Amino acid sequence: MTQPEHAVPPAAWAEPAQRFDLAGMGRYLVRFVKKTLVIAELEARKLRHDPTELFTRAVQPALWLLVFGQVFTRTRAIPTGDLSYMDFMAPGILAQSVLFIAIFSGITVIWECDLGIVHKFLASPTPRTALVVGKALSAGVRALSQALIVFLLSILLGVKINWNPLALLGVLLAVVLGSGLFSTFSLIIACLVKTRERFMGIGQVLTMPLFFASNAIYPVEIMPGWLQVLARVNPLSYQVDLLRGLMLGGIEPGAALLDFGVLLAVFVILIAIAARLYPRVVI
Amino acid sequence: MSILETRALTRRFGDLTAVDSLTLSIEAGEIFGLLGPNGAGKSTTIKMLTTLLPPTSGEARIAGFDIARRAADVRRVIGYVPQMLSADGTLSGFENLLIMAKLYDLPRADRVKRVRDALAFMGLGDSADKLVRTYSGGMIRRLEIAQALLHHPPMLFLDEPTVGLDPGARRAVWELIRQLISDKGTTILLTTHLMEEADALCDRVAIMHLGKVVATGTPQQLKDAIGRDGATLDDVFIHYTGDQLLDSGGNYRDTTRARRTARRMG
Repeated sequence: MTQPEHAVPPAAWAEPAQRFDLAGMGRYLVRFVKKTLVIAELEARKLRHDPTELFTRAVQPALWLLVFGQVFTRTRAIPTGDLSYMDFMAPGILAQSVLFIAIFSGITVIWECDLGIVHKFLASPTPRTALVVGKALSAGVRALSQALIVFLLSILLGVKINWNPLALLGVLLAVVLGSGLFSTFSLIIACLVKTRERFMGIGQVLTMPLFFASNAIYPVEIMPGWLQVLARVNPLSYQVDLLRGLMLGGIEPGAALLDFGVLLAVFVILIAIAARLYPRVVI
Repeated sequence: MSILETRALTRRFGDLTAVDSLTLSIEAGEIFGLLGPNGAGKSTTIKMLTTLLPPTSGEARIAGFDIARRAADVRRVIGYVPQMLSADGTLSGFENLLIMAKLYDLPRADRVKRVRDALAFMGLGDSADKLVRTYSGGMIRRLEIAQALLHHPPMLFLDEPTVGLDPGARRAVWELIRQLISDKGTTILLTTHLMEEADALCDRVAIMHLGKVVATGTPQQLKDAIGRDGATLDDVFIHYTGDQLLDSGGNYRDTTRARRTARRMG
């Protein structure tokens, strides 16, 4: 067995927090990134064996854009400034469809825990945070198929897309980040409720408020005051803001950074919570 | 030399003391059986020893590492096959092992070779690239044992290793366990409620009842100790754990899980 750590004197090992050890932190970070990628690889391999999920994910945004979007564009009921309603809602629907799938992703953890799969991973020398981030990363990558379908439909529906490569890259990053964030939130719920039935109930209860208390399909400005407050603390609003600004163009770099910053901060906090809760699902 | 030692290891859940002052010592190279009815505390003990569950009090060391303070080191020296299905049905057998090989930091140079060797050792060489979903219950168990042994741990935990297997598959798993001991000298702690299994496999057994160890010894010693001619391990079990009709058998959730596992394994 290779245990290079044993070269370090045992005293230093027992309480690593007591000492500022840059090399040790570097080693930990490398190991953490490696393990995170292994967990993501695991999910990618599952997807390769059965990619149908990538297609079923496309159904929901297609319906929203083709049915809801087409009808509401005709009513001109929602003030969207210079933008056509279709342009306005396309990025919102991308964010919404990513949310709707991510928010239910945690159910796999309940399934894996009813079997012994979670036990197997927790008994292995994999950092808990790597298990959580690996899952989030794979959820993020899966969501890219939704970005693809929304872009294709947007082209068909004549949405004026901003083809700046940097903005496109930003869209992908925002989709991965948003999906990772909400799937980690879902993981936390799964760890707390522990049964499929309760999980599905809570998932249903959460999705609609998150969606409607955001700027996904109407601007925040037309909401009543109390709803505006909710919309401004809702991470989905920041994701929509970012996607809208990048997909259609014209976002200020400062505003984009702020949106990214908020999403990243929420993501990190959720990861920290999930990494603490995850080992308890087997108790 | 003992590889695993516990001292007054205790775990409470609210008012319930699931494991009560467990003191055990397991010698290197031994097959040790933890027996007891459902709810006796076997699974809780295994969860503590595999670092999944922190003990309420007491301590345990595996290969010299304290399970609470040196959990990361303990995880490198143990292999663990949970009672429930732990192989991923949506991946191939090879992929299941490859992922674990990466998580256990097996050197990249001989990773694939070790995975192939492990599969061959378990008689799964021909099915390596099929999805685990298509495996039989016995094949899945062998795959899970292979997975737990990839990093050559000196200590292996098997939680109900043959639950839900037919007699043929059960014997194949027993044979494997014996071969492991003779080839690699792996120490094994297994739980079971099949007395036949304990008698056939274990060098020593401990019988747990209501969280406490009520008897320890070789199967023969235990049979002799109850003072009845021709006693079987079943008699020993009933002697120590009493009337089974009263309130054992686990709760609804355990039963659902066990039956679902049995169905999937079978």
